[in-house]
Amino acid sequence: MHVSISINGEQVSREIEPRQLLIHFIRETPDLTGTHWGCDTSNCGACVVLMDDQPVKSCTILAAMCEGHEIRTVESLEVNGRLDPVQMGFHEQHALQCGFCTPGMLMTARALLDENPDPTDQEIRTAISGAICRCTGYKNIVSAVRWAAEYEAATKQEV
Amino acid sequence: MQTPASFEYERATSVEGAIASLQKLGSEARIIAGGHSLLPMMKLRLANPEHLIDINDLTELSYIREQDDEISIGALTRHVELLKSDLLAQHFPVFRDAENVIADPVVRNRGTIGGSLCQADAAEDLSAVCSAVKAKAVIRGADGERVVAMEDFHIGPYVTAVGDGEMLTEVRIPLRPGGGSAHEKVERRAGDWAIAAASAAIWIEGGTIADAGIALSAVGLTTIHLSRAEELLRGKPPSEELFAQAGEIASADCAPRADGRGPIDYKRHLAGVLTTRALSRATARALQQEA
Repeated sequence: MHVSISINGEQVSREIEPRQLLIHFIRETPDLTGTHWGCDTSNCGACVVLMDDQPVKSCTILAAMCEGHEIRTVESLEVNGRLDPVQMGFHEQHALQCGFCTPGMLMTARALLDENPDPTDQEIRTAISGAICRCTGYKNIVSAVRWAAEYEAATKQEV
Repeated sequence: MQTPASFEYERATSVEGAIASLQKLGSEARIIAGGHSLLPMMKLRLANPEHLIDINDLTELSYIREQDDEISIGALTRHVELLKSDLLAQHFPVFRDAENVIADPVVRNRGTIGGSLCQADAAEDLSAVCSAVKAKAVIRGADGERVVAMEDFHIGPYVTAVGDGEMLTEVRIPLRPGGGSAHEKVERRAGDWAIAAASAAIWIEGGTIADAGIALSAVGLTTIHLSRAEELLRGKPPSEELFAQAGEIASADCAPRADGRGPIDYKRHLAGVLTTRALSRATARALQQEA
């Protein structure tokens, strides 16, 4: 079947089998391998992308179901060489070691801050409870999201 | 790589159209909504539908509203909407209790009440919640609607009263005075299936229990309806002793199996303790509402 999906603002069209999952549709698009394919069972959260601004697990959605929807992947965070504040936060707070969970963590964190610009540590922990990190113990990830929230609040004040 | 077996895909543009497709395609067709129960089953080849009918565009099936002494919930209403609904939390706080511990927030963005109920997994929380509040399932087919009580909706593991050529369109919950409800769950880690969970609803009139609903998750082949405990409570004033007795019935009337989540005696113990706790909290909420 023919499917056309908006990914990071660009229309991507391809002939696929109806059973193709969104994660594979994205990763088979040139330059879009940032989304990681992890557990394949909607547990680990490495494959999280935004669908109409909501975080979703792309291993558990058919690509065919996404036609007519806006998909955003981790590649959309950096704009003109400038990192998104959540990326800056992960850098500043050393919130990754192996980096496998990071694309999903970043997109989950981005969606959280878009909905709730000043989350408590508990709200951050709840938001990322569907994402597994086997390196950091989560503490630095929570700090990174807090860092991003504070950075965004400070830069908004400046403007 | 986990990939479902091949199937044909179509997007429904109306409820009538979806039902017409189901009728035409027969038992090999399945509705897909959030897909967070069905797609994992298809990846494991435990479900191999030949046709999928995607109902995500049928936004007319996504609502939570109060009308004619009932709360009605559209089948396509997602977990996140059930969690955030103040209307639902006001009348049936058991939904918010359960939704806070169903999977994780990202999964809750996709999964729907209709999908959860139709999956009919014994460990699924919303089936117990809907049983406790005495909800009714509205099932639509080519010849119109029929309304089925939850105890008749659950037929067996992964089997419901929804037949070939039919779809679940709505869940209706009657509003009665003096009601309170609560859900208690024990899980191994955040977002996991329950080791055991108990949902309870209670309706108090003039200091005595007019009616009660209790159901258990994960301790039997299907959602367990505790009709014997409900019978015990009716007509009596609420008390911790009475709820402890109901808990004993829950321990006796469930049918857990030993697995990685725990042995049978532990699960029976949990079923009892969680039933007692859910009844206590439901009663506190009912009395708070009365006052």
